[in-house]
Amino acid sequence: MDWNFIIFSAVKIAVVIGVVQGMVAYAVLAERKISAWIQDRVGPNRTAPPFAKHIPVLGRLLTRLGMFQPLADGLKFMFKEDFTPAGVRKIYFFLAPAIAVIPAMLTVAVIPFGSVLGGQKMVIADLNVGILYTFGIVSLGVYGIVLAGYAANSKFPFLGGIRSSAQMISYEISMGLSVIPVLLIVGNLNLGQIIGWQAQHGWLILYAPLAFVIFLVASFAETNRLPFDLPEAETELVGGYHTEYGSMKFALFFLGEYSNMIASSGMMVTLFFGGWTLPFWGLDHPAATLVSGIIHILIFLVKMAAFIVLFIWVRWMFPRFRYDQLMDLGWRRFLPLALVNILITAIILWMRA
Amino acid sequence: MDSLQNLIPETMLPDMMFYVFAGLTLGFGILVVANPFSRNPVTSAMFLVLAVISMAGLFVLLHAFFLAAVQVIVYAGAVMVLFLFVIMLLDIKDEQKRKIKKGFLLAGLLSVGTIAGLFIKGLHATRLDAHPSPTTEGDTALLGKLLFGQYVLPFEVVSVLLLVAMVGVILLSKKDLK
Amino acid sequence: MHAGLEHYLTVSFLLFSLGLLGVILRRNLLVIYMSLELMLNAANLALVSFSRFNDNLNGQVLVFFIITVAAAEVSVGLALIVALYRRRQSAHVEDLTTMKL
Repeated sequence: MDWNFIIFSAVKIAVVIGVVQGMVAYAVLAERKISAWIQDRVGPNRTAPPFAKHIPVLGRLLTRLGMFQPLADGLKFMFKEDFTPAGVRKIYFFLAPAIAVIPAMLTVAVIPFGSVLGGQKMVIADLNVGILYTFGIVSLGVYGIVLAGYAANSKFPFLGGIRSSAQMISYEISMGLSVIPVLLIVGNLNLGQIIGWQAQHGWLILYAPLAFVIFLVASFAETNRLPFDLPEAETELVGGYHTEYGSMKFALFFLGEYSNMIASSGMMVTLFFGGWTLPFWGLDHPAATLVSGIIHILIFLVKMAAFIVLFIWVRWMFPRFRYDQLMDLGWRRFLPLALVNILITAIILWMRA
Repeated sequence: MDSLQNLIPETMLPDMMFYVFAGLTLGFGILVVANPFSRNPVTSAMFLVLAVISMAGLFVLLHAFFLAAVQVIVYAGAVMVLFLFVIMLLDIKDEQKRKIKKGFLLAGLLSVGTIAGLFIKGLHATRLDAHPSPTTEGDTALLGKLLFGQYVLPFEVVSVLLLVAMVGVILLSKKDLK
Repeated sequence: MHAGLEHYLTVSFLLFSLGLLGVILRRNLLVIYMSLELMLNAANLALVSFSRFNDNLNGQVLVFFIITVAAAEVSVGLALIVALYRRRQSAHVEDLTTMKL
């Protein structure tokens, strides 16, 4: 066994999971702040540890921006009473939150978040079937929600769970089909090589804009975000599948949702927006120095953050779809559209060949 | 560190992984069929999901990467969700524990014994001491070429089969079956 | 021990037997159905390992078809079980004996 490989992989896994967790915490803050600005409020602006007011200017600024809020939220989740309602199916009740988080964390493994840093490729697992792996893991994401609905043993969570499984299975199909034009153009399933192709020929959004639109909308549905957050539509289903959950178990569902959001942002950046590359200043070659390696990672993070902001912005700008509209959109609009897209791409590629 | 490196030679890792995944697959398989702790069909379904995923691990060891992914996407991601869906919607109660009828047990043992006999006979008939070396790479592109070249007719037939199945399901699930 | 073809085939055989026992001994229609899936999976494993050790991708193509057909089969079968359940309010094989003489 190559011990270097094991050690570097372990470090990469630890760092990536840490960064994703941190991003989740601050994505929640961003969600609250952006929603506040959209609705003409101020949002969280006063949570601060006691020492913050002794730091001149910066302490006050960070407090106003709510930078300490995620810490307080985290502490609150940890120390809340862990309440188990009577009549739940215990084992599944405990398992469901964990099952909801694991796939979200696994998806990140194949996404190249940078070129090279110190001779190491900046991706945890450089699989040659990277995209298929992602879809496999994404398709497992249903179980957390379905089991949560089942475990609660009450009406509304159950309806939420059933709804979400139907929704996620439906949109998985459009999502999978929407990526096929990309694969046809690039001719490779490895995410690193897809980025390499984009560095040479330009971003894939220029070649497959329709695929991107379908992928974007499908990923809104897959992550259960508004305008497709029907599994937890509070006006109809109280809280959906996590009605009966509290404290850290509830926080795990939250973590799963936001990690999914981060993972799908990462996928969109990788598939359609060139990953860690930028088409100018020679930033589209694998890094030779430490500094350019770090710049590549930063480029990737900035692109991803832009998508996370888009996710949040959409959530507070659009009303929720009705369930039949959602299914109609998925099966009768996006599915044929994605198929036509594949056909057109294939014909164009055939004509050029 | 060097001594550790020698302890686990590179070539042994796939074999170790084989035993891990084979054990997991069989263990989960047993829990699907005869779970001593629970007769809940949902539990069976969840263990079948785990069995399918560990079998995808075996596929990876056999270098069938595309099929491993398809296995997870189709079986774990779609088929088993469908199972869960039906179990939950019908609210099927736990199966009662009861004595296995002697006739059924006999039939089971007889059929398994027959298959075991065939299996062992088959193993002996082929010269397995020859130890064929693993060669085939599960290259996705090659598989695609084969599917759309030599096997294009069966491929189309299967797609028609899926369509027929879809029509059949829609018809069957209508409330007033005429 | 080096994991060769016979090891994979043994796993496949054991899994197939497990599925068979499940089909014969369990009484819940859905569990029987799951055991059937287990048997199909065992066949898949055998085919993939044959394909790997025989330098031939045909086995993998066959597995691809089996997975597709299994998906179709499961959807139809589950629809049938749901239709049955609506009529009889039961998914136990012992309650579904009207065809018996």
